[in-house]
Amino acid sequence: MSARLRVGVTDMTNLLKNRETQLAAVILLMLVLIGFVNPDFIAPSNLLSVYTESSILIILALAQMLVVLTRCIDLSVAANVALTGMVVAMINSQYPDLALPAVIAAGILLGTLLGMINGLMVWKLGIPAIVVTLGTMSIYRGVVFLISNGEWVNAHEMSSSFINMPRTEIFGVQGFAIISVLIIAAVYIFTEKRPLGREMYAAGNSPTAAFYTGIDVGRTQFWAFTISGMLSGLCGYLWISRYAVAYVDVALGFELQVVAACVIGGVSIMGGIGTVLGCVLGALFLGVINNALPVIGISPFWQMAISGSVIVIAVIANSRAERKVGRIILRKATLARG
Amino acid sequence: MHQATPLLELRGISKTFPGVKALDNVQLSLYPGRVTALIGENGAGKSTLVKTMTGIYQADAGEILFDDGSVHLSSPEDARALGVTAIHQETVLFDELSVTENIFAGHYLKKPKSGALDWKRMHERARQILLDIEAPIDPKTRLKQLSIGQRHMVAIARALSFDARVVILDEPTAALSHHEIEELYEIVERLKAQGCAIMFISHKFDEIFRIADYFTVFRDGQYIGQGGIEEVTEEELVRMMVGRTVDQVFPKLEVEIGDVVLSVKNLSHPTEFDNISFDLRRGEILGFYGLVGAGRTELMQALFGVSKQITGEIALKGKSLEVSSPAEAISEGIVYVPEERQAQGTILELPIFQNIGLPQLSTINSNGVLSTKAEYEVADRYATRLRVKAPNWHEKVENLSGGNQQKVVIAKWLATKPEVIILDEPTKGIDIGSKAAVHEFMSELVQEGLAVIMVSSELPEVMGMSDRIVVMHEGLSVAELNRSEFSAEAIVSAATGGGH
Repeated sequence: MSARLRVGVTDMTNLLKNRETQLAAVILLMLVLIGFVNPDFIAPSNLLSVYTESSILIILALAQMLVVLTRCIDLSVAANVALTGMVVAMINSQYPDLALPAVIAAGILLGTLLGMINGLMVWKLGIPAIVVTLGTMSIYRGVVFLISNGEWVNAHEMSSSFINMPRTEIFGVQGFAIISVLIIAAVYIFTEKRPLGREMYAAGNSPTAAFYTGIDVGRTQFWAFTISGMLSGLCGYLWISRYAVAYVDVALGFELQVVAACVIGGVSIMGGIGTVLGCVLGALFLGVINNALPVIGISPFWQMAISGSVIVIAVIANSRAERKVGRIILRKATLARG
Repeated sequence: MHQATPLLELRGISKTFPGVKALDNVQLSLYPGRVTALIGENGAGKSTLVKTMTGIYQADAGEILFDDGSVHLSSPEDARALGVTAIHQETVLFDELSVTENIFAGHYLKKPKSGALDWKRMHERARQILLDIEAPIDPKTRLKQLSIGQRHMVAIARALSFDARVVILDEPTAALSHHEIEELYEIVERLKAQGCAIMFISHKFDEIFRIADYFTVFRDGQYIGQGGIEEVTEEELVRMMVGRTVDQVFPKLEVEIGDVVLSVKNLSHPTEFDNISFDLRRGEILGFYGLVGAGRTELMQALFGVSKQITGEIALKGKSLEVSSPAEAISEGIVYVPEERQAQGTILELPIFQNIGLPQLSTINSNGVLSTKAEYEVADRYATRLRVKAPNWHEKVENLSGGNQQKVVIAKWLATKPEVIILDEPTKGIDIGSKAAVHEFMSELVQEGLAVIMVSSELPEVMGMSDRIVVMHEGLSVAELNRSEFSAEAIVSAATGGGH
């Protein structure tokens, strides 16, 4: 009986020490503080719209998490979004009668290919991911310019179903939010229940050990990039339909927000550590900040400074959490002496 | 001699790497229910052979027979499918993952229909295997929360999670405490009883004679000989390994002991050690013996200014000393040669001469501009003195053998002209030839008036080389013995917490 009680207490302390719990508490605290300044912000309907607004960030952060788990980084996600977004917008404007699922599938396919290019260069050529994706980031965005001649695709050139599908509400919840929830579930199942998902953790946690266990580290990295590209392709469509315009600078610099969401969510940039829940909370944290600051009258320029500070704080918190706990070999010895 | 047919037999195996013939027409037989010790110096080709047997490398020539049938191992999975499994020298596991996952990574149990991972069954099976080897570890714990010994048990559990028929133990006892080594022996006995063929790689002869049934000796990538372990003596094995007799592994020279150089009083650390006092004299080798985790390394790191939360007094030549960083310790004349050569001792990608010059760039280059020539000269002096084997000092350290890497580390510190040199496990994992060279060199150091502290877990070494031995147990100094009082029993009993 008392033993069970003690177990309960340890579970409780573990829960409190848990990063996800802490981050959730910080988000709640922020909401409460914002609520004092502007009670409307924390109305359920507004919270739902904050979540909806964060959907794309959540999906891309999860994609990035998989890549970061394998000790890589994908800086080309935002460029991938811009390129696939431009392509689906152009397809839609050229062939307005083409069924929407086919258009979306084309975007996802293209995104997947772009991700595979990154993955192949990391896997087969052994080039560091940061170099590869820094390069493809510029290339992909350059291609957007080439295919569009720098021109915009505007809302009136897009079909209404193209723009409205993600806005369709089911029980008052927009398509954006529903899609992101489905992706969260899919990534969760992938990381917890599929061998490839677990191998990504293993590969990032210790590439040497992974090699000796027969896990091909390069292969897991390839698949992480491929999935990242696939989800970026999906987000390419979501982004364009969300803002109803496609141009060269779509999502410019967004990769930094995506990486930031991962880091805040406790995904270790050194690989091997990170959870779906933490990552989602990290994205929501930024989502709340992005949406709340204008509402409570803080200049958007502060947004960047605040996001930046939060990232630094998160990194410090992570490194402290990961620090080895001192072995308490003395306890027994001093007791024995006494 | 061998009535049984071998379970695994290697014939005429050769493997060449650019510039090196790692294995040259070697043979090896492993018998079911028997332990075969593979013996050889570092660089003899043992690791290459293990990798060939586990499908990580593919042999250029030769044949592998399993159960009398020729097999081709083109990947680790192939070897695993046959039931060939290895527990490697450095335990390679995943810190952040659970014990269960460490056991099943790469060969997860899946649900038959969906292909989803079956965690319930994996936890269950992991618990069962751990129970079988009497390692009371919760399979859901994260690996980083376990001690080194427990991690080793997890590595063994992993090997057993395959239907192991051939088990390769590559220096399995290097990181284990006395008690854990005994447990390992029991596991080996159990594997033998189950009919596994076991290959055991070790540098420790007492172990080999205790658990092996047969031996095979390699030297410089070549097969030298094999036989039953009871038909051979330690001297014969050493002769086969090195191709010559090593008359004295520990050539301790008589050196006059001088004044106290380093005096430590009541040194304590919040978690690692407590109330340590000792004096170190000029010309003396002071041995520190203890089990892994006794706090010896932590104590030495405190003397070197790595650890900051210490209390107590340190005095160098009568002058009270407060070292808060390695740089300060070096400038005061205390240097520390760490145990983990690769991680803490050398920068592998740099050439030998830059490694040696590193701690004193500002002294060598007094006008503030780097002089490769001056640096090379300093390096040349010390590397030559330590007889580092390399084509020239421009060679990268990563291309040297373990023993020669160790010599580079020592040369580096020696070049700083220290008063006190602390050697942490100076001969761990290096071959007998290099070992003797390091020992000989330690004697030369003290002859020149240096004071040496040697941390060692090898009883023959610590007894052979030390003038005095401090024994540590769980962070406390439990015994201090003079050379005339040395006895293996006294030292081991103190180190394991007996005699209180």
